[in-house]
Order: sequence, then structure tokens, then C-alpha cells
Amino acid sequence: MYSYDHYDQAMVDARVAEFRDQTRRRIEGTLSEEKFRPLRLQNGLYLQLHAYMLRVAVPYGTLSSAQMKVLGDIADKYDRGYGHFTTRQNIQYNWIKLEDTPDILADLAKVEMHAIQTSGNCIRNISSDQYAGATPDEIIDPRPYAELLRQWSSFHPEFLALPRKFKICVIASDTDRAAMKLHDIGIQMVKNDAGEVGCAFYVGGGMGRTPFIAPQIKAFVPLDQLITYAEACLRVYNRYGRRDNKYKARIKILVHELGLDEYSRQVEEEFAHLLNQDIEPPLAELERIKAHFADPAFEQGLSDDLDLSNPKFARWVKANTAPHKVPGYTIATISLKPVGGIPGDASADQIRLMADLAKDYSFDELRVTHAQNIVLPHVKKADLFVLWEKLVAADLATANLNAITDIIACPGLDYCSLANARSIPVAQKISQRFTDNGKEETLGELKLKISGCINACGHHHAGHIGILGVDRKGTENYQLLLGGSEGADTSLGQITGPGFNEDGIVDAIDKVTDFYLAERQEGERFLDTYRRLGMAPFKEVIYG
Amino acid sequence: MKIITGNDLKSGAVTWWDGKGWSLSVNDAVEVADDAAAIIAGEEATRRVNGAYIIDAEKTDAGIRPAHIKERIRALGPTVRLDLSLDPSATPDRVL
Ligand code: HEM
Ligand code: SF4
Repeated sequence: MYSYDHYDQAMVDARVAEFRDQTRRRIEGTLSEEKFRPLRLQNGLYLQLHAYMLRVAVPYGTLSSAQMKVLGDIADKYDRGYGHFTTRQNIQYNWIKLEDTPDILADLAKVEMHAIQTSGNCIRNISSDQYAGATPDEIIDPRPYAELLRQWSSFHPEFLALPRKFKICVIASDTDRAAMKLHDIGIQMVKNDAGEVGCAFYVGGGMGRTPFIAPQIKAFVPLDQLITYAEACLRVYNRYGRRDNKYKARIKILVHELGLDEYSRQVEEEFAHLLNQDIEPPLAELERIKAHFADPAFEQGLSDDLDLSNPKFARWVKANTAPHKVPGYTIATISLKPVGGIPGDASADQIRLMADLAKDYSFDELRVTHAQNIVLPHVKKADLFVLWEKLVAADLATANLNAITDIIACPGLDYCSLANARSIPVAQKISQRFTDNGKEETLGELKLKISGCINACGHHHAGHIGILGVDRKGTENYQLLLGGSEGADTSLGQITGPGFNEDGIVDAIDKVTDFYLAERQEGERFLDTYRRLGMAPFKEVIYG
Repeated sequence: MKIITGNDLKSGAVTWWDGKGWSLSVNDAVEVADDAAAIIAGEEATRRVNGAYIIDAEKTDAGIRPAHIKERIRALGPTVRLDLSLDPSATPDRVL
């Protein structure tokens, strides 16, 4: 894992001291809220429905046990004993006090963490594949490139006041596990015909009120031009992105309005210019970063045998583990979606337990996934049963990865001041219903995603089944979407028709899934059946 | 009726104007007639509240009920974590 050098630490420490002073001045009254608000937002501190909310960055979703432990301690010491892992691979605390925030940031800085650039119109935390460095299907570990981009984008003076927020994702596998094409810039590490590693750039994806799938803008950018090319993309956006209208300010709108050809022509022009400016960090810096991501000391020649005689364990292994690049190891996902629970929430004790488990069984490493779960990337198969027993004891062993109960849900109207409707209670009802009626297992892979408003923090556009909360004359109403996906086959869901109330939406999902079960052909997931049959018959089943 | 709500500057807690100061309970909220803007300006200047605003509400047998569901959730706490509510009798239905 990356660890801070002198510069990283000095920057973060200076920021804590600065925010301590700003907070003092706000409380004493020499800073007005109007002046203070952008300052606190730059440090991840929002004011939400019930209190302040602090969003802590987890760079490319990777955490050490020591960091995870501090996240648990913060939940206890400064919050109400829990935290919420988000689709941006970060963690949010819902009950933060302004007067405590400088101390929280100081606690975070001690373990090389912060909340910088988790809000505002800047380049946000870089996201990546939660299986990075562990999966056999990647061409290279994408995290060193994500880290290089993190260093480039942190406090980048030119890009701290962009037209709007900016999200970058880096992956290195065709199996996209990070919704890469739904980011402002998606980067896929690829190999060219000569076998050299480089980057394919996708630009202008996003969700929110106008969702777009990012088109590819360049198939191969050599590694020693990665930052220069990213800089060119950002410069053109910064120059022409629409500052006049917040709803049209994201890069996706610029790319759409200019057209990919014109946008890309301008990027090429800027790129050619920048290549003469010598802004690319030396490859030696990339090598320095890469050394931090060297494989842990895997044992060689281990057996892949597993005793699956315990049926509950066998089910969890089948659902929640994935192949590892080294024989005898596996990637284990800890589901934060207990039956009827709150997606993405974990108690302080659970967070600390996961930290301990990572230390004992996963070379000290954890990952946060955009589906709001936690991954232990390097578990020895020989340890898996013991690990599972410990998860069972902590209510962390739900075997439902990618099932209909593995729901992504944003905080919605229970916590969020922008929400139109609650997301969490709907998720809880669906989770309970599909567990009780036994359909969860029969349905197989079915990604269900819920947002409490059009901002789409819960990725509803990208759900095989998506739910969008809307306000209908002061009451909560839910629209149903079908056919979205965030994987290699990214697509945007379509609204079925008129919305439903909270119980109605659960019934509607029952109906569409029954229809799928009746119609599915050999090997088809819900999404495949939907794509084959189209919207019409599903609509008929719902509204009949 | 019109009442004023906001958040405590230091703790962020949801508060309601009770005529003299800021209460954690919506049931202490008082009707503010024409003087709401002056109250908000004065209270924000002395930093007793942050981001205060006026909302519609009605008096019911069970207490004061804000007109919009968002304010009812602010008054009650997250409906999915009523163990954290200040009101021990809270039920999720109360926000509907
Ligand atoms: C509770 C405080 C939050 C606020 C105020 C907030 C605000 C917003 C806004 C305004 C947008 C739309 C931006 C645009 O279209 O230009 C947005 C998008 C988004 N937010 Fe949030 N959000 C919050 C929480 C979250 C949480 C908890 C998550 C993760 C679960 C999240 C992840 C995202 C994602 C993934 C998007 C859509 C991706 C995109 O920007 O295209 N946000 N958010
Ligand atoms: S989608 Fe809307 S309701 Fe949900 S967290 Fe984002 S802004 Fe809030």
C-alpha cells in the first residue's frame, strides 16, 4: 500500500492546522457562515438533515487495518457508533459536531487520511477496482496510476475551481467492477499490440439528472504521457465547461454539446501544446509509487482445496469469494447488507473487527467497494472457514454478493437534505421480502440500486433494477427503472411508467422478477432477459 | 402556524425557536408572526443558530407537526434509526 512521504504528510498536517484556525474563527464569530461554508466543504464537512456530516476520502478504496481501526474509533468517539460506506468508496459520518472536526481531521492525519477534496468543484477522490492487485483478470495493478493521479490532482491549483465536481476512475480489467464509464474520466489500463502498457481514456460519463455513458476518446495514451493527457482533458473542460448553469456544468454536457470529435480535437491541440511544457512527472516517480504496491509475501504452492461440507459456509464461499491470482488464496467480500439492514452502514465494533480480520487474514489490507461492501483482498483458503465463523458472529456473513438483496442505497431523506424520498426503508423492505419468499437465491445476479433524488448517488440509472425517489405533491413516490448496468456492458435504465408508493414499488419488483423467472432462458441473468425481451412485456406485467 | 428551525452552530443539532432560545424538541416551537426575519438575523449574528429558516407547521393533539415530511424527519431523527431519536415514543409512521 502507498504510504505518505514527507510532502504528503506536511500537506495534510498543514490543512488540519488551517481548518482548526478557520473553525475557531467561525465559532468566535469573525468568519460568517457564508465565508466559512466553502472552507468546511473543502474539508468534507456538510450540514445535513440532523447534524454535520463528514465525508472521509478512501483513495481508490484501499485501506490498511490501522486506518480502518481509526475509522471505527472515530465512529465511537465523535459520532453515534457507526459509519456509512458510500458508492464513492468513501465513508460518511452522520452526527459530527463542528467543534470536534479539527480533532477528527487530526486523528485521520495520524493514519495518513483526510477529507480534502471530498466536496466542491474539484477533482474528487479517485475510484478504482476493489479487486486491484488480487484478481487474475487484470493486466496490471491499477492503483499506482490512481495514486499518481491522486498526487497530481491534490491541491492542483488550476483545478480547484472547476465548473463542477470531477470524478476519475482507473481500472485495469475488462470486467469493469467500478462503473468506470460513469465517471467524468474513466481510464482503463490496456496493452497495445507491442505489449506496452498504456491508458484508454473515456470522457464525459456521469449519472445525476442527465446520465451519459462515457465514450472512448483515446485508445492508447503511453504511460509517460498519462498526466499530460489528463491535464489536457481537464484544461479544455475548465475553459469551456458551463459555469452559467449548474445543471449543465459537468463535463458530460460539454462533451455532448460540443460533440466528441470537437472536444477531442481541442484536447489534442492542448495535449500537443502541453507535451512541450514538460509537465509529466518523471517515470522514476511512478516507479517509486509502484514499489509501495508490490505484492505482499504470498506463500507459494498452496493448495486450492476447501472443505465445503458446511452448507452455510459453502453458500457464502460461492456468493462472496472471487478467484485470486495466487493459488491457495481468494478474494473475500464482506457484505454490509444484512437482511433488512441499512446498506453500507457498519458499527464501530464491526469496523474495528474488520480491521483486525484484515490484519490476521489479509496482509493488513481492506477495500471499500462502490457497492458499499468491504473486501479482504488476500485471504488464504486455509484460513477461510475460521474467518467466516468470525464474520458470522459479528453479523457480517450475509451470503448475497450481487444478489437482489445486495442493494446500493443512498442515505435518502433519512439523512440527506437534498432528498425527495427515503431510500433506506425501501431497501430494507425489498431485502426482507426477497429473503422471506426465498427468491433471492433463485434470481441469481440482480443489481438493485436506489437513489433518493435525481442526483443519483445511489446509481439508480445503472441498476438492473433501479429505483428513483421523487416528491409527488409532498409525498414520497418511487419510479422504477429497468435495464441499467455499470459493468463492461454499461447501459442506462429506462423508467417503466408511473411511480409507486413504498409498498407499491416492492410489489412491482416482485412482479417483474416473477416474470423474469418464468421467461428466462438457460444461463440468462435478469438483465439478459430484459435485454432480449425489451421493456414492453415487463411494463405489461406491472401495469397490465 | 409558522415556526423557525435551524441547526446549532457548534454541534449541528436540529433546533427549534421557542421564543427565548433554541430547543431540541419541536414541541417547544412557538408561532412567529411578522418578526421571523428579525429573529433569524439576530440569532445568526450571535451565532446561537446556523442556517435558520421559517417553515409551516400545525398544532395537533400529539404536538407540533411540521407540514413537510423533511422537517418531520428532522424533528424525529432518521426513521431507520429511531434508537437515536430524542423522542422515546417515536415511530416511523409519525413522519407520514
Ligand atoms: C448526503 C450528502 C450528499 C449530498 C449533498 C450529495 C450531493 C450530490 C449531488 C448534488 C450530486 C449531483 C451532481 C451533479 O449531477 O452534478 C451527486 C451525485 C453523486 N453522488 Fe452524492 N451527495 C451526497 C451523498 C452521497 C453519498 C452517500 C454517495 C454514495 C453513496 C454519493 C455519491 C454520489 C454519486 C455516485 C453521484 C453520481 C455520480 C455523478 O456525479 O455523476 N453522494 N451527489
Ligand atoms: S441521491 Fe439525492 S437523496 Fe440520495 S444522497 Fe444523493 S443527493 Fe441525497
